[in-house]
Amino acid sequence: MSWITARRRHPAAGYAVVLLGLIAIGVVYAAVTTHGSPASAAAPAVAGQDIAVGKHIFTDYCSSCHGGLAEGTANGPSLIGVGAAAVDFQVSTGRMPAKENGAENPRKPPVLNMRETHQVAAYIASLGGGPAIPAPEQVTPVGANAGLGQELFITDCAQCHNFTGAGGALTEGKFAPALTRSTPTQIYEAMLTGPEAMPVFDDTTITPSQKRDIIAYVTQVRSVPNPGGFSLGRIGPVTEGLVVWFGGMGLLVFAALWITARRRES
Amino acid sequence: MSGTGDTPYNLPPTGSGPAGAEETRAPHRVIGTPSPAQQHLLLADGDEEAPPPAPRELPADPEDPVKAKRAERAVAACFIIATLAGFGFIVAYIGIGVHGINSTLRSNLALGTTLSVSLLGLAAGATIWVRNLMPQVELTEARKPLASSEKDRQEFAETFTESTEASQFVKRPIVRRTLIAATLPLALAPVVLLRDMGPMPGTSLRHTVWRKGMRLLVYGPNTPIRAADFSSPGGMITVVPDGYQQDLDALAKATTIIIKFAPGELQPPTVMNWTVENIVAYSKICTHVGCPAALYEETTHHILCPCHQSTFDAPRGATVLFGPAARPLPQLPITTDAQGYLVAQSDFHEPVGPSFWERG
Amino acid sequence: MSTIDKALEGTGKWFDDRLRVARGTRTLLRKIFPDHWSFLLGEIALYSFVILLLTGTFLTLFFKPSMTDVVYHGTYTQLDGVHMSEAYASTLNISFDVRGGLLMRQIHHWAADLFMAAIMAHMLRIFFTGAFRKPREINWLIGVTMFVLGMLEGLFGYSLPDDLLSGTGLRILEGVMLSIPIVGTYLTFFLFGGQFPGQDIIPRLYIIHVLLIPGLLLALITAHLFFMFHQKHTQMPGKGRTDQNVIGAPLYPYFAAKTGAFFFYVFGALALLSTFAQINPIWIYGPYNPSGISSGSQPDFYMGMLEGALRVWPSWSWNVLGHTFAFNVFIPALVPLGIIFTGAAIWPFLESWVTGDHREHHVLDRPRNAPTRTAIGVAAVTFYGILLLEGANDIIADQLSIPLFTITWIARFATFLGPVIAYVLTKRICLGLQRKDAHLLEHGVETGIIRQLPDGEYIEVTRPVSEDAYAVLTARASEPLPLPGPRGDDENGVPDPAARHVVGKLRLRLNRVLTENVPLPTGDGHGNGHGNGHGAPERAAVTTGDPAGPSAGPGGDGSSETP
Repeated sequence: MSWITARRRHPAAGYAVVLLGLIAIGVVYAAVTTHGSPASAAAPAVAGQDIAVGKHIFTDYCSSCHGGLAEGTANGPSLIGVGAAAVDFQVSTGRMPAKENGAENPRKPPVLNMRETHQVAAYIASLGGGPAIPAPEQVTPVGANAGLGQELFITDCAQCHNFTGAGGALTEGKFAPALTRSTPTQIYEAMLTGPEAMPVFDDTTITPSQKRDIIAYVTQVRSVPNPGGFSLGRIGPVTEGLVVWFGGMGLLVFAALWITARRRES
Repeated sequence: MSGTGDTPYNLPPTGSGPAGAEETRAPHRVIGTPSPAQQHLLLADGDEEAPPPAPRELPADPEDPVKAKRAERAVAACFIIATLAGFGFIVAYIGIGVHGINSTLRSNLALGTTLSVSLLGLAAGATIWVRNLMPQVELTEARKPLASSEKDRQEFAETFTESTEASQFVKRPIVRRTLIAATLPLALAPVVLLRDMGPMPGTSLRHTVWRKGMRLLVYGPNTPIRAADFSSPGGMITVVPDGYQQDLDALAKATTIIIKFAPGELQPPTVMNWTVENIVAYSKICTHVGCPAALYEETTHHILCPCHQSTFDAPRGATVLFGPAARPLPQLPITTDAQGYLVAQSDFHEPVGPSFWERG
Repeated sequence: MSTIDKALEGTGKWFDDRLRVARGTRTLLRKIFPDHWSFLLGEIALYSFVILLLTGTFLTLFFKPSMTDVVYHGTYTQLDGVHMSEAYASTLNISFDVRGGLLMRQIHHWAADLFMAAIMAHMLRIFFTGAFRKPREINWLIGVTMFVLGMLEGLFGYSLPDDLLSGTGLRILEGVMLSIPIVGTYLTFFLFGGQFPGQDIIPRLYIIHVLLIPGLLLALITAHLFFMFHQKHTQMPGKGRTDQNVIGAPLYPYFAAKTGAFFFYVFGALALLSTFAQINPIWIYGPYNPSGISSGSQPDFYMGMLEGALRVWPSWSWNVLGHTFAFNVFIPALVPLGIIFTGAAIWPFLESWVTGDHREHHVLDRPRNAPTRTAIGVAAVTFYGILLLEGANDIIADQLSIPLFTITWIARFATFLGPVIAYVLTKRICLGLQRKDAHLLEHGVETGIIRQLPDGEYIEVTRPVSEDAYAVLTARASEPLPLPGPRGDDENGVPDPAARHVVGKLRLRLNRVLTENVPLPTGDGHGNGHGNGHGAPERAAVTTGDPAGPSAGPGGDGSSETP
C-alpha cells in the first residue's frame, strides 16, 4: 500500500486535504484571471492614433455612464472640458471605471494600464480641452520648498486630508482619501482638477512651483519615519486614548492581578 | 490601648456557615500590643537581662525551601537582567547621538528598550520575591470606631470653649466685626491685582483689520491674486489681509476664504454687491467656537468646519445647514482694484467668530 | 550582633534619640493592608503622578515657554524656514536634539493619559464597591477635586508646545469662554492678555502647569493618602472580615514590596509604551496658526466628553436686547460635565440621606449587592461614554464608513436613551446575579456526580459552598438599610412624620428603589443534597427588603434535607 493510503486515517489527514484543495483553487484562480485589462482592443498605438484608440477604450469602459460622446447621462457627468489631467487622475487611481454609484469612488487597483489611460485622456482632451497631464519635471519634489509646502498644506488641504494626509470624513458619506499612495503626478492632477468633492486649485491660484512645494511636503512627511515608535495611524489622540486604556491599563491590571494573586498551598 | 495579645494562633471569628471543605491557608494570627517582654534592644536601658523570646508574629522563612530556592534563582535572574539593561541604558545614551530623525528613532528605541527591560525586570523580580520568597501570612488588626470617645470629645469641647472665651472673640462683637471688616479688602486684594492681566475687551471683538482697498493675499506664498486668476468654478483658497500675514492676532479673526462659483450659482442671502465675478469671500473663522471652517465640498457647495461639524451653505450666504453653529459665516465685501487684484471693500459688516455676550 | 541589630543600634538609635519614633514606626510596620487587585488602581494614578513629576522636571530644563516668533532651521528639515513660536521650537529641540528628550516627552504624555485613565478606573471601583460611604466621604471629595484638577493639568500641559492640534484646543477654549454670559469677554481677555492668541497664554499656562496645579495636587494627594492611612483601607467581603477588623499582610515587608514592585510596573509599562507607541508627534502637526486646521482634531481622551458635547448640541442661540445667549456653546461646555461632577460630589450624601444609613463601613459591597447604585453608575458611564465617542465622530465616520451627520443624530438620541437602557439592563443583571448567589447558597455547588434514588429518580449531588465562598455570598451586612415601614405607618397606623411632606415622600420612594434586593435564603444554607430541579425552576422573588412588607421568602422548595 502506498504511503498516502497508509496514512489515510491519520488525524491530520482531513486538514491536509482541505489545505491542498485551497492551494489548488488559489493557483487555478490566479492562473485563469488576469490583472489589468482583458482583451482590450489594444493594437500597438502610435502617437497619432492615441485619440482613436482612446475613443475605442472610452466606448468600452466609460460610455455606459458618461454617454457615447462623453456628454453625460443620469449616471455620470459630462466629461467635455474636464481635460486629460482629470482623466489621468481618475483612471490611474482606479477610481474610474467606477464600480457603483455611491457617495464617493474610492481608490482601487486601476483597470487600464498607463498607455491606455493616456489614450483615453487624449480622446477626452480632444473633445473639449481642459488641463493637460503634467510633465514629470512639473511634479518633481526635488528642489522644492517643503516648508512652504507645509504652510500651504495646513492652510488649504489639511482640513480635509488631515495633518499628514491620513484622510478624513466629509458629509453624506463622502471622505477625503488618504494620500499615502498618491504619486506626485496624481497629487498635482488632483489639485488642478478638483476631483469629486475636492475644490479646484488651478495653476493661477496655487502656482506650479507652489504645487511642487506641496507635493514635496506630502511625499516627505508620509515617508518620514516615526521616531517615537509605531505611529498609531497618525490620527492623534483618539488612537492614543485607545492604546492607553487597552494597552496601558490592561497591562497594569494584569500586573496587579499577578501581584495580589493568592498562592494556593498545594 | 489594650490589645488582644492572645496566643498567636487564634483563628478569626468564623461565620455561622456549615463546616465544609476548608482550604488550607497560612497560619492566622491576631496582632496586639507588644507585651513588655517583647521590648526590643532598640530601647535597651542596658541592664535588664535578656527577656524570654516572644512568640513570632511572622515566620522567618517560606514553607517550601525547594520552591523558595527556585524562586530565589528566578528573582536573581530578573534582577541581573535589569542590571544589564540599566547599564545598557547608559551605554545607549552615550553611544547613540540624535540631531536627525533616523538617529532619534534609534536613540529612542535603544534608550526606551533598555529602560523598559530594566524597570520591568525589577518589577518582575520583586513580584516573584514577594509571592514566592516571603512566607505567606494573613494577619488581623482590630479597628476602633473612628469617632473619639465621649470623654475625649468632652475634654476637647471644654478646652476649646475655655480658650474661645479667653480670646474674647465671641464676647466682644465690636472687635470681631472690625476684624472681619479689616480682612475683607485684603482678601479682595489678590483678585484686584489680577486686573492688569488683560485689557478690557471694549469693541475690539467687533472689528477685524480688513479695510477698504486692502488686498487679499493667498496665505502661504502671501501673494495677491487677481479675480481673473481665480477663474475655475469650484476653486477655493485661503486669503489674508495685506500687511498682516505674520500677525497671528489679526489672522485669528481676519482669515478669509474665497470661493469661485459658476454663473447663477450664488443666491440670496449672499449679498451680490459684495461679490465680484461670482467670487464670494466668507470669514474662515467658524461662528461656533472659532476653528477655521475651511472644508469646502465642491459638489455640495458645503463649507464644513472640521472641529464640530458645523455646516454652511456657501452659495446661500453661508447659512447654517447642520451642526452647532448658530450664525452664518460673515461675508467680506470684496471687489477688484485698478490692476484687477481682489481687494476688500470694507471690514466685515458684523463681528466674526464665536458669539459673545455683547454681540447683539 | 546581626546586621539588623547593628543597623538598629546605629541609625535607628540616632533617629529615635531625636524623634521618638519607635512605637509609631512599629505600628506602621505592622499596619495591615488588605489585598485585592482593584486596590492597586489608585496606585497607578499615584505612581503616574510621581513619574509625571520626574519627567516633567527634566522637560522644564529644556522647554522655553515663550510665544516669540522664530524661524526654524533645525534638525527637522520638513519645517525648515517655517515661522513658529519659541515654545514649539524648543519642543522640536527636545524631541530631536536632546538625547532621551523624545523618550521623556513621550513618557510624560503617556503618564498623563494613564494618570487620568487610572483616576477614572479607581473612581469607578470606589463607586461600585461603596467605598465612598462614611467615614470616607472626605476622601471621595478630594478625589473628585483631583479628577478636575487632573483634567485641567493635562489640558494645559499638552497645550504648552503650541502646536496646531493643541492650539486648536486653546481656540475652542477661547470660544467657549467668550460664550459665557456677562463676564465671558472679560475672562477671555484676562486669560489671554488680550485678543487670541496673544503673547501671554503659553507662559501663563506654563506656570499654572508646573507650579500651581502640581502644588495643589501634591497637597491633595498627601491628604488623600493620609486619610486612607488613618482610617485604614477598606476590605473586600470574605471569611472573617467585619467592619471591626482589617485582614491582610503587614506593611513591612509585604505591602512595601508589592507597592514597590507596582511602581516599577507602572514606570516600566510607561517606558514600554514610550518606546513603541508614538504619542503627540508635534512635528507632524506643525506650529499653531489660527488659519490652519486638520480634520480629525481631537483633544486627549479625558477632554473628549466636552468635545463630544460641543459636537452633539444643536444650534440653540438667543439674541435679545443686544446680547447673545450662546446656548449652543456654554450648555454643552458646562452642563454634561457639570452633571457628572456634581452628581459624583453629592452622591455619598445623597445615598446616606436616602438610605438613612449613618454607620461606618469598612467592608466593601459587591456591586451586585447594590443593584441600583451599580445601575446608576453604569448609566453615568454610558452617558459619559456616548459623548466621548461622539467626540471622535469624524474618525469613526472615516474608519467605519458611516455618514458623519448620522453619527451625530444617533448620539443626540443615545445621550438620553443610552443611560436609561443601561440602567435597566444593569439592574436586571445585578438582580439576576443575586438570584444566582441565593441559588448557590440554597442548593449548594453541583459536583457532577449523578446518583439514582431508590425510586428511580436521578439527582445530581451537590455540596455546600466552601467557607470562604459562603462568607462572600452572605456578605450583606454592609448593604443599605431600608427605612422603616412601607408607608411609614407605625403599629397604631400613625404615619411616619418624615413621610408627610414632599421631600419625605421622595425619600421613601428613593429608598425603596435603592434597597431593592434579592433576599438571602433563610435556610441554614446547608444545601438539600438532593440537587435541584424538582419541578418548576425556583425563582427568588425580589423584595425591597421591607421587614413588614410582603416578603416572599426564597422561592421553590425550601426543604433542607440532610443528605
